[in-house]
Amino acid sequence: MDILITGILLGATYSLIAMGLTLQYGVARIMNLANGEMLVAGAFGAFWVFTSQHLSPYAAAVFVVPAAFLLNWVIYRVLMRPLVRRAKNRGMLEVDTILATFGLSFVFVGVMLLAFGGNFFTYSYLAEPYVVFGSPFGQNRLVASAAAALLCGLLYWGIHRTRPGMAIRAVAVDPTAAGLVAINVPQVSAFAFALGGAVTAAGGIALSSFLTMDASIGVVFTMKALIIVIMGGVGDVRGAMIASLILGLAETAVASLIDPGLTLAAAYLLFVLVLLLRPEGLFGRRSS
Amino acid sequence: MKRRILLAGAASTVLAVALSAGTAWAQQTVKIGAVAPKTGPLAAGAAVTHWPNIQLWAHQVNERGGLKMKDGSRRKVEIIEYDDRTNPGETIKAVERLATQDNADFIIAPYSTGLNVAAAPVYAKHGYPQITATSITDKIPELTKRYHSIFFALGSTTGLAGSVADVLGKMHREGKIGKRIAMVNVADAFGIEIAESARAAFKKAGMELVFDRSYPLGTQDVSPIVKAAKAANPDAFIAWSYPPDTFALTEQAKIEGLNVKAFYTAVATAFPAYGGKFGKSVEGHLGAGGVNLESPDIKAYFDAHKKITGKAPDFWASAVTYASLQVLEQSIEAVGLDRKAVIDHINKSTFNTVMGPWKFVNQSIEKYWTVGQWQGGAFHGVASTGLPGAKPAIVKAGW
Repeated sequence: MDILITGILLGATYSLIAMGLTLQYGVARIMNLANGEMLVAGAFGAFWVFTSQHLSPYAAAVFVVPAAFLLNWVIYRVLMRPLVRRAKNRGMLEVDTILATFGLSFVFVGVMLLAFGGNFFTYSYLAEPYVVFGSPFGQNRLVASAAAALLCGLLYWGIHRTRPGMAIRAVAVDPTAAGLVAINVPQVSAFAFALGGAVTAAGGIALSSFLTMDASIGVVFTMKALIIVIMGGVGDVRGAMIASLILGLAETAVASLIDPGLTLAAAYLLFVLVLLLRPEGLFGRRSS
Repeated sequence: MKRRILLAGAASTVLAVALSAGTAWAQQTVKIGAVAPKTGPLAAGAAVTHWPNIQLWAHQVNERGGLKMKDGSRRKVEIIEYDDRTNPGETIKAVERLATQDNADFIIAPYSTGLNVAAAPVYAKHGYPQITATSITDKIPELTKRYHSIFFALGSTTGLAGSVADVLGKMHREGKIGKRIAMVNVADAFGIEIAESARAAFKKAGMELVFDRSYPLGTQDVSPIVKAAKAANPDAFIAWSYPPDTFALTEQAKIEGLNVKAFYTAVATAFPAYGGKFGKSVEGHLGAGGVNLESPDIKAYFDAHKKITGKAPDFWASAVTYASLQVLEQSIEAVGLDRKAVIDHINKSTFNTVMGPWKFVNQSIEKYWTVGQWQGGAFHGVASTGLPGAKPAIVKAGW
């Protein structure tokens, strides 16, 4: 039971890390390597709200989420659109955007260093035990998991039950065909990219309540997000959620039952297995 | 506005130099190179311990009018900074560049054990003294034998682990704690090396290891580790940990209610942010490092650090880093810019530093702080290899 709950909590943590990238990579087809930095920026927002305004870190969402949305919209319009236009096929776009966003991640790190300094950013928020089925869990993790569930639920509903969501799915499946049925593909892509950025920043807020951050730590999150997105299947929100949970459960089970030293090995073993057995990811579509 | 003032300042300096062409050489600055992480995994640690001390030292030296050279002239210091992105390859390149392109007179030692060891051959090749204040290793005898230019000031892994065992052993003999120890370590060079020495040291001190596990670097959820450690029902919890895990393990131990009489986490326990995050619950926490807060020199140093850099120093390597710069300063003032003479001088002399008198024996400082403890809102040294001012260790109360 312990393992199950701890695993689900860790899975929720991972879903917060990966959800934004799913949207950006799956729909807008931008492999955004600066994704982790956006997460750290959101975390900084929460840190600032908590330490200097003495509010709940989640209050930061009020300005962090719209700001991240706007910033990512601008990034897409200014930096990514020329690459999208120039790209002859999907592979070329991926290579170009990987290079561009890799550079962008350094810019973000530099800006955050200037703005916040290189120190550790850590604060205590709800670091109190809450007993579930007889064992204590951190309240901050429980709250963050609830936030993750809410975020995933909203995204799932938005994408599968609304009209703009349908447009997003259409673009994810085939941008050319989506254009033929009067979907404004550039606009939907920009929207998905911006939404992905906003979701990532929101994830950063939740994560900052129990992880220690600094300006350079973003790449750690980018790597984890990449694994999850590829495992889950490109462009499928469900896939990313389920991959996060599987990864969380597997790591916790290995750490508790075998040895904490093997968690990374377990994560990569799973990754390799998925790539071998279902190269398109758990929920991905086979390319025709 | 700021830029304009700077420009005006620069222009007037150029003018001043041009006007006093004859004495221009004597007034030239001493170029000091500095290579350390500003980005990458170790950037946050360097931002606490390394960079502020360089800023403080340069500020103080220049405020005094500069380094007082043998011939009586004053020369200001100019710091040239490079970010090595926590990448040993970049550290080496930057040191090469400082030596050959920037013609730096001296180069401050890099940050952390790994980056210092990586750069040691380059310092030796170009004959620059490398006074390390943030490297802990058991390879000191080999390294000093191979490189005449390297100096160690923070101690060895065995010294650090042995001291923890001594502190716990003493508390055990006094009947304050039981002998069951739960130990975890981060699975990288530092954690593995120190856990290895600790196993032997704990045994020698009459303690019993009831839990002994490692976890990978960058672990995001330490709760399985803390749960398992708690299940072993230990009297003491020891973690050879890095900053993010130090914070995470402490928080998780609090949540799980891991009630031990001695709680030790390694790196970053001495950081002000640690006390800031956990407040009163850190009372009695043990950690790597320590400092003698009763010493007037240290008090003055803490005040100056806060005033000039705007942040508090840590309670371990910060003062050591500053002292290493004082060694450089005093050597240059004694023998000038001849790097070979400076290395000789460091080997032979006794230095007056914030850490007290320093004398390098076989290129390393033999008296250093090893264990500190949070007591009454500050992190005091409770064990060292022969320094004065250690406080007695206390038993950790509840959370």
